[in-house]
Amino acid sequence: MDACNLIRAPILHPAGPVALAERDLLFTAVFVMLVVVVPVFVMTFLFAWRYRASGGRGRYTPNWYYSGKVDAIIWLVPALIVVVLGYLLWTETHKLDPYRQLVSGTEPLEVEAIAQDWKWLFIYPELGVASVNELVFPSNRSLSLKITSDTVMNSFFIPALGGQIYAMAGMQTRLHLLADKPGCFRGRNMQYSGHGFPEQRFAVRALAKEEFDAWLSRARKSPEKLDMAAYRALAAPSVDHPVSYYSGVAPRLYDSIIEKYAGKHPE
Amino acid sequence: MDMRILGRLTAADALPFYSWVAVGGAVVTVLGLLTIVGAITFLRKWRYVWTEWMTSLDHKRIGIMYVMLALVMLVRGFVDAIMMRAQQAVALNSTGYLPPEHFDQIFSSHGTIMIFFMAMPFLTGLINIIVPQQIGARDVAFPFMNSVSLWLTAAGAGLVLISLVVGRFSTAGWTGYPPYSGAEYNPGVGVDYWIWAIQVSGIGTTLSGINFIVTILKRRAPGMKLMRMPLFCWTTLATSILMIFAFPALTVTTALLALDRIFDMHFFTNAGGGNLMNYINLFWIWGHPEVYILILPAFGIYSSVVSTFAAKRLFGYKSLVYATMAIALLSFTVWLHHFFTMGAGAGVNAFFGIATMVIAVPTGVKVFDWLMTLFRGRITFHPSMLWALGFIVTFVIGGMTGVLLALPPADYLMHNSTFLVAHFHNMLIPGALFGYLAGYMFWFPKAFGFTLDERWGKGAFWCWIIGFYLAFMPLYVLGFMGMARRMERYEISAWQPFLLIAALGAVVILAGITCLVIQLVVSIRKRNEKRDLTGDPWDGRTLEWLTSSPPAPYNFAVLPQVRDIDALHDMKRHGSVYVRPKQYEDILLPINTGAGVLIGGLAFVFGFSAVWHIWWVAAAALLAILATAAARSFRDKTEFCLTGSKVQEIENRHFRDLAREGVL
Amino acid sequence: MSPVGDDTALLPHDEAYDERAFGFWLYLMSDAIIFALLFATYQIMAGDIAGGPQGSDLFSLPHTFGETLLLLTSSLTFGLASLALDAGNRRRVLAWLGVTFVLGLGFLAMEIHEFHGMITRGAGPDRSGFLSAFFTLVSTHGLHVSAGLVFILVMTVQVVVKGLSRPVSSRLERLGLFWHFLDIVWIGIFSVVYLPGILR
Repeated sequence: MDACNLIRAPILHPAGPVALAERDLLFTAVFVMLVVVVPVFVMTFLFAWRYRASGGRGRYTPNWYYSGKVDAIIWLVPALIVVVLGYLLWTETHKLDPYRQLVSGTEPLEVEAIAQDWKWLFIYPELGVASVNELVFPSNRSLSLKITSDTVMNSFFIPALGGQIYAMAGMQTRLHLLADKPGCFRGRNMQYSGHGFPEQRFAVRALAKEEFDAWLSRARKSPEKLDMAAYRALAAPSVDHPVSYYSGVAPRLYDSIIEKYAGKHPE
Repeated sequence: MDMRILGRLTAADALPFYSWVAVGGAVVTVLGLLTIVGAITFLRKWRYVWTEWMTSLDHKRIGIMYVMLALVMLVRGFVDAIMMRAQQAVALNSTGYLPPEHFDQIFSSHGTIMIFFMAMPFLTGLINIIVPQQIGARDVAFPFMNSVSLWLTAAGAGLVLISLVVGRFSTAGWTGYPPYSGAEYNPGVGVDYWIWAIQVSGIGTTLSGINFIVTILKRRAPGMKLMRMPLFCWTTLATSILMIFAFPALTVTTALLALDRIFDMHFFTNAGGGNLMNYINLFWIWGHPEVYILILPAFGIYSSVVSTFAAKRLFGYKSLVYATMAIALLSFTVWLHHFFTMGAGAGVNAFFGIATMVIAVPTGVKVFDWLMTLFRGRITFHPSMLWALGFIVTFVIGGMTGVLLALPPADYLMHNSTFLVAHFHNMLIPGALFGYLAGYMFWFPKAFGFTLDERWGKGAFWCWIIGFYLAFMPLYVLGFMGMARRMERYEISAWQPFLLIAALGAVVILAGITCLVIQLVVSIRKRNEKRDLTGDPWDGRTLEWLTSSPPAPYNFAVLPQVRDIDALHDMKRHGSVYVRPKQYEDILLPINTGAGVLIGGLAFVFGFSAVWHIWWVAAAALLAILATAAARSFRDKTEFCLTGSKVQEIENRHFRDLAREGVL
Repeated sequence: MSPVGDDTALLPHDEAYDERAFGFWLYLMSDAIIFALLFATYQIMAGDIAGGPQGSDLFSLPHTFGETLLLLTSSLTFGLASLALDAGNRRRVLAWLGVTFVLGLGFLAMEIHEFHGMITRGAGPDRSGFLSAFFTLVSTHGLHVSAGLVFILVMTVQVVVKGLSRPVSSRLERLGLFWHFLDIVWIGIFSVVYLPGILR
C-alpha cells in the first residue's frame, strides 16, 4: 500500500464509472435541494433581524396566521423537489444496482472475496490464485465480485471505485466495479467487527495488462497453497495480516465457506 | 445454564482493572453516588426526598425527576463523547491513550446513553411536566404507572452506570448487530448489560406511551377539542403512538438476542440456521420510528417557543398537525434505508429511498410554518428562541444530508462512514437536544417558580452551536475521505487535522455544558430576584401558563373553558383569565406510594443478576415484581381528597401574588 | 402533598374505569405487535432447520387439537363468568373463574408436555433457527397464559374478599380482555405454526 499515491478524498475524486455516477448523483441532489435550503437560511436570518422586538423595521401582525397561498407553496415546493429527486432516485438506483454487470469490452474478471477476522481473502477462481489483503486486477476490465464472510458481518468498500456492500456469513452479495486507469487505491471493511477492525484494510491495484500478468506470475510462484488446512490457519483471528499469495486454491473453497453456515433445508 | 450461586460474577472479571481510564470512571461513578447519598444524609433530607419526591405520583415531580436523570446522563454521555474525540485526535499511527476495547465500550455506551437515558427521559420528563397542564388536566391518567415508568427508566440507567464499575459494557455499538453481539464472538457481560438496560427501560417507555395517549384523549379540559390542542400535545400524542407501536419491536429484538446468548438459540447466529438480517430489520422497525419519538416532541417545543417569542399565533396550525401525523405514520415505512447496502434488489431499495424522501415533505412544511410564524412577528431573543433559530438553520443541513443518504447509490458511498455519524448527530443535536434545552429554559420557571439566568443561557447556546459545527462539519468531510465510523486508530495522516478540529468542537461543547451548570447555580442563588409570581413569565399563550409557578398539585382549581387555539391568549383577549369561583370544589388526588420505586429497584436487581447469570436472584426479583403488582391491585382506594377550603387557601396565596404583581 | 392514611383514602372518580379499559386496550395493541413480530420471525425462520427436524416430524394434530379445545373452552367459560358478573352473581363468577383456571392449567400442562417431549428427542430450541422461533413464539404465548392464570388467582381472591365492587369488576373485565386476546393469538399459532407444519 506504501508505494502508491493515495487519493485524499476518494469519494470526491472517483477512479471508476460506478463511483463517478454515485458521486454525480450526490452533487445533483445537493443542487436540487439548495432550492429549499437557501431560502430557509435567508428567511431565518432576515426575519430574525427584521422582526426583532428591539427595533426591527418589520410590521407586526399578531393575528395573521394563515394564508392558503402560502400554505400551498409550503407543501408544493418540497413535494416537487421530492418528485424530481424521486425520479432520479428510481432510475439511478436501478442503473447503479451493485448486482448489475458492467458493460465493458472484455469479459469481467471474477473474484471471490471472503471477510475474516480481520483481513480479506481474495480468490481468483479463473486464475487459480488467491491473495490476502491485496486485490489486484487489470484496469479497464470490469471486476465481478462475489462476497461473503467467515466471521461477523463486514462491509466491503473501495471508495475510489464504488459503493460498499455487506459481507454476511452463509450468504453471498455481489458487487461490480471498474477502474478506468491503472491506479492504486484503498479498500476496507466499514462495519465495526472487533478489535482488529481499524487495520482491516486492503490494497487495491488496478494494473495495466502486462503488469497484471507479471503480478499473476509472481503469485503463481508462491510456495503456499490454499487447501483446507491452510485456510483454517488463515481464518484464525489476526490483526494487520501482511499481504500474501497462494499459488493454488482448493476447489469450491468459496462455496464451502458459504455452505458451512447455510441453515436452509433443501427445497 | 450457569448454576453457581453468584453466576459468572467473580472479582477478577468484575473489576475494571483492564484500564486505568476505566478505573477512573468507576471511581468517579462511585464517588458521585456516595456524594449524593452523603449529602442527603448529612442534610437529613431522606424523609423529604422519599415522601415528597421518590414516592410522589405528581406528574410534575415525576417529570422533574426524569429531567434530572436526563441531565446527569447527558454529562456521562458527553464524557464518553469527548473521550472518543480525544482518542481519535491523537490515534494516528498509534493506539492513542485508550486501551484496546475500551474505546469500543465508549462508543457503545455513548450511543446507548444518549438515546435511551438522556433523550428519552428528557422528553418524557418535559411531556410529564407540561402536557397535562397544556390540555387543562389535573394529572395524567395513570399516576402510579407513571411512577413505575420513571423507576424502570432509572433502573436501566443504573445498569449502564454500574457496568462501568462491575464488569464491562458492550462493544457492539448502540445497535448491537449480531453475530458480533452474539455469544460466539462476545461471550462477556457487556452485551448483556446493554440488552437488559434497554429492555428494562423500554418497558417503562411503552407504559409511558400508553399513559400519555389515554391522558391526551381522555383528560382534556372542556372545550379543548383535538384541533385546539397546543402543538406540543399533538407531537406528544404522535410520539406516544410511536412508543406503543415501535418499542415492542425493540423488546422482541433484544429478547431474541438474549435468548441466543443465554440458551444457545439460533435467531441471529451464523450457524444453526440463524438469520442476522432479521435482527437488523427488527431493530430498525423500532429504530426509525425512534428517531421521530425523539424529534417530534422537540418539534412541539419549538412550536411553543417560536409562537410565544414571536408573540404570534402559529402559522398553519392545521398543516403542522397534519405534517406531524404524516411523519409519525411514514416513520414506519422507511426502516430499510438503514441498510441499503445489504444487497436487496434495486426495486426494494428505490422504494424505501423514495418513502424516506417523502418524509422530507412534511418536515419541510414544518420548517416553513415556523418561519412564517416569525414573519411579521415581534421576536424576543430569549435563550429558548435562540435554540429554536439555531435549530432551524442547522436542521436543514442535516435534512439535506439525510436526503443524500436516502439515495441508495449515494448511500453506498456514505454508509458506515463518519458522514453518517455527522448526519445523525446533525439531526439529533439541533433537532432533539436543542429542543429539549429550549423547553428546559422555557418551562423551568413553571417547574420551580423562578426563571433561569438568560445570559448564561445564551452563552450555553452559542457554545453549543459553535461547538456543534466544529465537531461535526469535519466529520462530513472525513466521510468524503473514506473514514469509517468507530475507528479506534488510523494510519491516514490527512484525517488528523479534521479530527483535531472535531476534538476542539467537543471542547467548545464542554464549555456549553459548563454554561448550563453555571446557569443553574447562578439562577438558584438569585432565585428570589427571579421569582415568577404570576405563573406567566413570557406572556404565554397556552394553558400551562395559567397555573401558578410551581403549580398546585391539582394544577387547576377550576378546569379552564377552552374556546380557541392558544387558549390562554384567547382568555386574555376576552378578559376571562384569572376568574375566581364563588366556592372551590373538592379535588381528588393520587396518594403517594413507594411501590413504583420498589418495582424499579427489583427490575434493577433482576437486570443485574440476569447479566451475571445469577438466576435464582433474577427469578426471585421477577416474582417479587409480580407480587408487588398483585398487592398493589388490591388497593382500590388510591386517592385522597383535597377539600375545597384547602384548595381555597392555596388559591388565595396565588391570587395574592397575582395582585402583588399587578396582573389582576 | 399527600398521604393522609388509609381511612381517608377514596375511590377514584368514575371516568377512571373507562380510562383504565382504554389503557388496557392500548397495552393489548402493543402486546399484539410483539406477537406479530414473533409470528413474522417464525415465518422467516420456518425453513431454517439446519439439518434438524421440521414441523411435520414434531407436531401432532390430536395433541394440538386438544390444546386448542381446552383454550377455546376456557374462553367460553370466561365469557360465562363475565355474564355472571353482569348479573351480579358472585358464586357463579367464582365457579366459572375456577373452571377457566383449570382449563388454562390443562392447556399449559399439555404445552409443557409437548415441549418436554421435543427437548428429550433432541429437538430443543438450540437445535435450529426454526426451533428457536417455534419455542419462542409458542412459549411467549404460554407465559402469557401463565400470567393470566396468576391474574385469575388474584382476582378470585379479590372477589372472595371484596365482592363484586366497581374496582373489582373493572379488573375482571380487563382480565377478560386479556384472556380472549390469548385465545386469538392461539388461533394464530394454530393456523400459522401447527397447521402448515403438519400439512407439509
